[in-house]
Parts: sequence; structure tokens; C-alpha cells
Amino acid sequence: MQLDDLYRRVIMDHYKNPRNRGTMEAESVTIQLNNPTCGDRISLQLQVEDGIVREARFTGEGCSISMSSASMMTEAVKGRTKEEALGMADKFSSLMKGDDVEFEEYEDLEALSGVNKFPARIKCATLAWNALRKGVES
Amino acid sequence: MNVLELRKLFPILHQEINGHPLVYLDNAATSQKPESVISAVKAYYERNNANVHRGVHTLGSRATDAYEGAREKVARFLNASESNEIVFTRGTTTALNLVASSYARSVCGEGDEIVLTPMEHHSNLIPWQQVAKATGAVLKYIPLQADGTIAMADVERTITDRTKVVSVMQVSNVLGVINPVKEIAAVAHRHGAVMVVDGAQSAPHMKVDVRDLDCDFFAFSGHKMCGPTGIGALYARKSLLERMEPIEFGGEMIDHVDLYESTWKEAPWKFEGGTPIIAGAAGLAAAIDFLTEVGLDEIDRHESKLAAYAYDRLSEMEGITIYGPREGRVGLVTFNLADVHPHDVATVLDTEGIAVRAGHHCCQPLMRQLEVSATARASFYLYNTEDEVERLVSALQRTKEFFGHAIG
Repeated sequence: MQLDDLYRRVIMDHYKNPRNRGTMEAESVTIQLNNPTCGDRISLQLQVEDGIVREARFTGEGCSISMSSASMMTEAVKGRTKEEALGMADKFSSLMKGDDVEFEEYEDLEALSGVNKFPARIKCATLAWNALRKGVES
Repeated sequence: MNVLELRKLFPILHQEINGHPLVYLDNAATSQKPESVISAVKAYYERNNANVHRGVHTLGSRATDAYEGAREKVARFLNASESNEIVFTRGTTTALNLVASSYARSVCGEGDEIVLTPMEHHSNLIPWQQVAKATGAVLKYIPLQADGTIAMADVERTITDRTKVVSVMQVSNVLGVINPVKEIAAVAHRHGAVMVVDGAQSAPHMKVDVRDLDCDFFAFSGHKMCGPTGIGALYARKSLLERMEPIEFGGEMIDHVDLYESTWKEAPWKFEGGTPIIAGAAGLAAAIDFLTEVGLDEIDRHESKLAAYAYDRLSEMEGITIYGPREGRVGLVTFNLADVHPHDVATVLDTEGIAVRAGHHCCQPLMRQLEVSATARASFYLYNTEDEVERLVSALQRTKEFFGHAIG
């Protein structure tokens, strides 16, 4: 197990400079999810119009993996249709299972492929995507 | 106490994790098991397995002897007056739930008080919340001092004549503090309340004498003190146990059964419905033998020394926060490294074979009081060494460097 497999530069960049962190005024749905086993929290705000995710913002507390994953997810789904967003969530689940997945939509996500080798951390990476699913399906 | 000799008795310690010798520092979550405990469980299944309390046959008697013999061992271990004051449970959680669901629900009414502290483990918190909801009783908390300790003046102020139950952990699984449960019990009794002690973190590490503490209930888990998972016990004063109603019904716990009415066995058996954890009890008995042979006072001394050593070595690191006081603590140190989330700390340590716990440690209210969402915790037991503390310290140093570089 190599630490560099997990903590890639792209991940640390999203951790240090999170995209879409904060809240917005626009009419939106807010989803709050906890990871009860470790205390991670995310609050995800989605503005969906005409079936398209116009904006996404998040706040929360957690480790580098959960927070960088939230940053990447919000960046990846902005401007996508609900179906596209859910499709990416499915692809992200495959990535966590160790499948060879390419994200031509948003390549940064591929940096999280190393999480698969750290089973205890998969739930950190999927927290934001679970919130997205809930928000899009609500 | 020769730690290096003792280590040889724990098979699991002798392996490599991620290419490094295992350093197991998650003992407050669960301890490792010596060979004698593992073989007691194995021997029970290989030689004596049968159901208890009904065997006319030889194996039935052996199984009953193993199970009831373990009860006597637990009674001696806690210095209870008699073995009938020991109820076997799945662990501390089920023991505390038994007190809450059976005793507390029957004595608490509207406006009565249940007194706790904000440092309690969820298992000594949620059962009481449920009692309060069901009975109209109110929960009150003895506030914590800035260093995480309890002041007796606050105990005096919080417990009143409306208090029916006081329940406090003897040792905190986060702060490592030893709470003055004997003194708190005296205050509780003066107001006519019962004293419940959560002993999950004390029984493995120090001599416990329930008669000296003068508590009414004492709960602990076997798996944190070298025993198997799935077995623990509740000590309860006999007069209280006799008054309490069972909360689980079925085989083993009955006296006479009719189509519409039934009666129960005497305590403690009326609380042990269903086939009990017999192999677990045999393992717990072996664990008690092991700990008694090593000596609880010796274990206590070794761990306190190790914790003080770890506290001092970690304090020297820049950017570290340690929670709880330096003095009067048991063998655990809870900390955070600046700018590195505890999950990330635990992952990096794991790549070096070091097992620590990261998270809220089943103490979410305490985490909020400490104003953190999570912490990392290194918890020691009789087999840990100063060399292992050194490995922890140098791995933490590398963690800091790695993250300092990665996000710097």
C-alpha cells in the first residue's frame, strides 16, 4: 500500500482549495448526510431547473477524501441533466469497486481510484455522491 | 511484569501489517486475546459443549459447571457479595439497557431525574434518553471542567431528591479520566437514587471492588479485557435484582409456564432468556484468570506509565492537541494533529502497521463540547511497550510531513 496511491496531488488540491464550498441564495434542495461511523457530515445544496443541475454547493466536515470528493462531485455535475448526474454517480460506484472507469466529463474524479485499495475509506469518498443521488431523486 | 514475555502469549501480535510489525493501539475498542482464552473457548467446544441447566447427561453438567463457574469468577473479580448478583449479558451495552429498561422504567415518573455526564459513551446515554421519553423523567448533566474532569461541587448541585438514577462511566474512553464514582455514589444514595457505573473502560485496567465503590449496578464487557466478544456482565445489588422484571422472555428464564400465565426463575437467571453464551463465559473465566495472574495493579501501573510517556512524547510535537488532563488518566491518549483530519492520520499510521482509532468514539456530545468532529486515539494495554509509542511518534511525524508537503 502506497500513500501516494491514495493522496494524489489532484485530491490534495481539491482538499486545500475546495470548489463550490459554501451556500447559495437560489431556490434549491438541501440534503444533509452523516457518516455515523466516523462523524463526517455534508450538506449539499442543488439548484435543479428543467431537469438540469444548474448549481451545486456544499458545506461539511470530514477528512481529505470526503471533502475533496465533494468538491469534485459538485464541479462534475454542474450543468448536467439529472440523468447524466445519476449516470456519473453509478460510474463513481464502479470506480470504488475497482472497475476501470474513465471520466471524460471530469477527469479529476479518476484521481480517487486509489481509494479502492483502502476499503475503510470508500465510504468517505461516496458520502457526497450519496447526497447527490438523494437530491436528484427527491 | 515482563511485557516482552506477556506479548508472546498473544498470537495475533506477531504479524506484519502492510510490511511492518503490528502495533496495536486500539485497545479501548477491543483488546487482543491470549492463547489461554482462545484455547478455553476451543476446549469448551471440543470437550464440553451442551446446553446448560438441564443436562442429565455428563456434557450438560460440564457445560453448566463452565457457565456457573464463570459467574463465580466474575463475582470474585468484582468483589460482589455472591455470584447471584452477576447477570451475564452480551456486553456493557446490553447490561446498561437492562438497568434502563427494567429498573429505571419501573421507578421513574414524570419530573423524576436521571443524572449523567456529557462524556458518556452512547451506550450510557441513549438507553436513558429512551427511559426519559417513555416515563416523562428528565435528563440532567453534571458539567465538565475545562480539563474534562468532574468537580464534586457540581455533582452536589446536580443530584437532587427528584433524582432516581445516576449513571456515570468510571473511566472515559476519550479523555482517559478516572471519575470519582465512589464519591458520586455516596451523593446519589444520600438523595435516595441508585448509582450505575459503566465499567467498560475500567474493569480491564484497574482493580474494581463494587462493594468498596458502593455502587448499585456495574456493567462491563469481556472483549475489552482479553475475553471473547459477545459476553459481558451486569453486577447488581441482590435486593434490586430481585425486584426487577425480566425484559426478555423465553426458554431458560422460566419457572412455571401455563397457557396464559408464567412465572420466572430467581435472579440472575430470570434475566438470561435463551441459550446463553456458554463458550464466551468459559473464555471470560480464562481472561479473568489471566488478568488476575498478571495482577490488575501491575497492569494499571504499566499502562499509566505508558500513557504518561505517550502524553509527554506527543506533547513535544508541534501542532498537536491532546484532550484530557495529563494526571489521573488511564492508558489512552486522544489527540488531533493540526490540519490533518484524524481519518487521514489513521490511514497513514495503518500503512506503517499502526492501529489507532479515528472518529467520534461513540461520544458525539463530548466531541461537540470539545469542538471537534473527530479525534484520533491511541489506547494501550498490558502488552504495549515504549518502543511502540516511539513508533507512533515517528509515524505521526511522517504524517505531518506528508500532509504538510501535500497541502502546504
